[in-house]
Amino acid sequence: MPPITNMDKKILLAHGSGGSLSHSLIDEVFLKNFNNPFLSEKDDGAIVEIGGTRLAFTTDSYVVKPIFFPGGDIGKLSVFGTVNDLAVMGAEPLYISCGLIIEEGLDRRVLEEIALSMAQAAQIAGVLLVTGDTKVVEKGGADRIYISTSGVGIVKKDLSVKGIEAGDRIIISGSVGEHEVSVLLAREEFPFRSQVTSDLAPLNRLASDILVVDGVKFMRDPTRGGLATTLNEIAEGIGLGIMVYEDKIGVSDGVAAVCELLGLDPLYLANEGKMVVVAKQDCTGEVLKRMRKNPLGRESEIIGEVAAELNGRVCLRTRIGGTRILDMLAGEQLPRIC
Amino acid sequence: MKYIDEFRDRDLCLGLAKKIESILGDSEVTIMEVCGTHTMTIFRSGIRTLLPEPIRLLSGPGCPVCVTPAAYLDQAIALSEIEDVIIATFGDMMRVPGSGSSLETQRAAGKKIAVVYSPLDALNIARNNPYKKVVFLAVGFETTSPSVAVTAIEAKKSGISNLYLLSAHKRIPPALRLLAEDRDLNVDGFILPGHVSTIIGVNPYLFLAEEYGIPSVICGFEPLDILQGICMILCQLKGKRAALEVQYKRAVKNDGNPGAMALLNKVFIETDSEWRGLGTIANSGYAMGEEYKELDAGEVFPLEEMPSAENEGCICGEILKGRKIPNQCPHFGESCTPYSPLGPCMVSSEGTCAAYYKYG
Ligand code: SF4
Repeated sequence: MPPITNMDKKILLAHGSGGSLSHSLIDEVFLKNFNNPFLSEKDDGAIVEIGGTRLAFTTDSYVVKPIFFPGGDIGKLSVFGTVNDLAVMGAEPLYISCGLIIEEGLDRRVLEEIALSMAQAAQIAGVLLVTGDTKVVEKGGADRIYISTSGVGIVKKDLSVKGIEAGDRIIISGSVGEHEVSVLLAREEFPFRSQVTSDLAPLNRLASDILVVDGVKFMRDPTRGGLATTLNEIAEGIGLGIMVYEDKIGVSDGVAAVCELLGLDPLYLANEGKMVVVAKQDCTGEVLKRMRKNPLGRESEIIGEVAAELNGRVCLRTRIGGTRILDMLAGEQLPRIC
Repeated sequence: MKYIDEFRDRDLCLGLAKKIESILGDSEVTIMEVCGTHTMTIFRSGIRTLLPEPIRLLSGPGCPVCVTPAAYLDQAIALSEIEDVIIATFGDMMRVPGSGSSLETQRAAGKKIAVVYSPLDALNIARNNPYKKVVFLAVGFETTSPSVAVTAIEAKKSGISNLYLLSAHKRIPPALRLLAEDRDLNVDGFILPGHVSTIIGVNPYLFLAEEYGIPSVICGFEPLDILQGICMILCQLKGKRAALEVQYKRAVKNDGNPGAMALLNKVFIETDSEWRGLGTIANSGYAMGEEYKELDAGEVFPLEEMPSAENEGCICGEILKGRKIPNQCPHFGESCTPYSPLGPCMVSSEGTCAAYYKYG
């Protein structure tokens, strides 16, 4: 991991991108200060045991801009985002808390719309919003509204990168990049409009559909930093390489067009309703069958495999048959997409 | 996507790679792709891994961010210090180190810096902030400069008087002449930037074949285009001839886009320009012309001459000239990475060092 060379200076937007700089910040600031065995797992959440019950526990903050975008809004995102973090930890999400930071002057109707959206999202995902807190800051002290949610759920199956071996297959539940592109296009600075809708969705049912399959070893939702970053995190966690096939990774026409225009790489774009699964090769048929039965996993595909030889790196077999390294996201792609 | 997918067809590409191998035989050939967009396609699609060993692909000076000198960034940074100035810039410029700071660091320190995707966005910022002075960092080749010209014309026409341009626009052909003259370089063929040609046409490149005897092909940006371009160069070399050929026929007309050229000539005048790593090249840049002087940030904001320094030991210049590859730089991957770049070649998404680092 590269060192934070501007340690003595300022926090940059890139430190929040979910890419390499975010990782260094976690290592060099947070792990150093609050080190404990739970945190050093560096997962999206922690698994804690209380009275013999294993609980998954996670927290996340949402600062998406704009707060309404095609396919969702900050409220729905804050519920589904946390539900998904719990789901991919192999847990059944149960209870959610929410903290709101509101800028003075926000239209009351906007707040009501967001609250309604959170309630509906909770209902769809089958979780309860059980506690919350509201703070209002002066005009300019925040940008409209920020939401922070935490969630707990009961662990149904222990998943860990540690069980992953060479030969395991990588599966993704559908095409990539829709969330980030939809948010991007909703920003006023973008002059063109397009038909891209965020993939925002709760993944708990899809996850529980496949948890029962024995060979499912690990799941992760490729949010900030996209598929490429998730694959790199997996590779780093297991010390093995991963080979993925570009032509197997779905990219919708709308996302592809925006990427061409703006020079973005869809593999680094955030998703909010997709799941990456690592499974033993001999059970991939069963996993795919189950995933494709669920509307959220209809386009599930095997996109790659874990490989011992690649020196712990993630490599991409390109569409034209060449090979290249797929590195972790460097620097800022786009800030405030979740 | 339709249309583009055809140019990424695996069987066609592999077929061309085979053909390249058979034409090449066992001769060694060095080809320079001049443009950063070509470099990116080559790395992103893994073309190098398809080509036989004896073909050496060198990346040239065609990444606009990489050739923008530190002195220009220092100016931009100094402008961002002025109370009522908003800097509008393409995102790629944010992390390029100047002598001391970068725009990214300036933004974190609270300076007003807006990332835009088109110069017209800068015009909108100016329109929406009538009491601020908006300075657009006008960098790029002949592909970008026409849209900047349109913006300047539009600003004047609609009476927006708070938009200024800091022009570091560059012209590709004079830089190519410098490379062609470089005796150490030994380039056997040039892959020339297709989108620059859609503007300037083909004639400005004729000298490469006619005066220097170097086979040159104006190429599109998809993997298939590039492989085909390499094939065309090899055929010329094999036939012992040197010509300027157009592979990118679907977009390039012989006389380019006269309308866009007229806009360029209306707003800008040719001027000597400093290229990072290559030095000052005669007539290789665009400055604001007489009629548009009032938009020239360099004139409107008197900035003191500052001594500016390139990072010591950064060999971007040698790399841009194709004399060295990034692995030969002692900083590469050590003290210089995309996370904390020392030189511009590591910053720009089209930079050669960044491409080597990311896609190795
Ligand atoms: S690796 Fe860094 S320091 Fe070396 S030439 Fe490239 S940009 Fe310059």
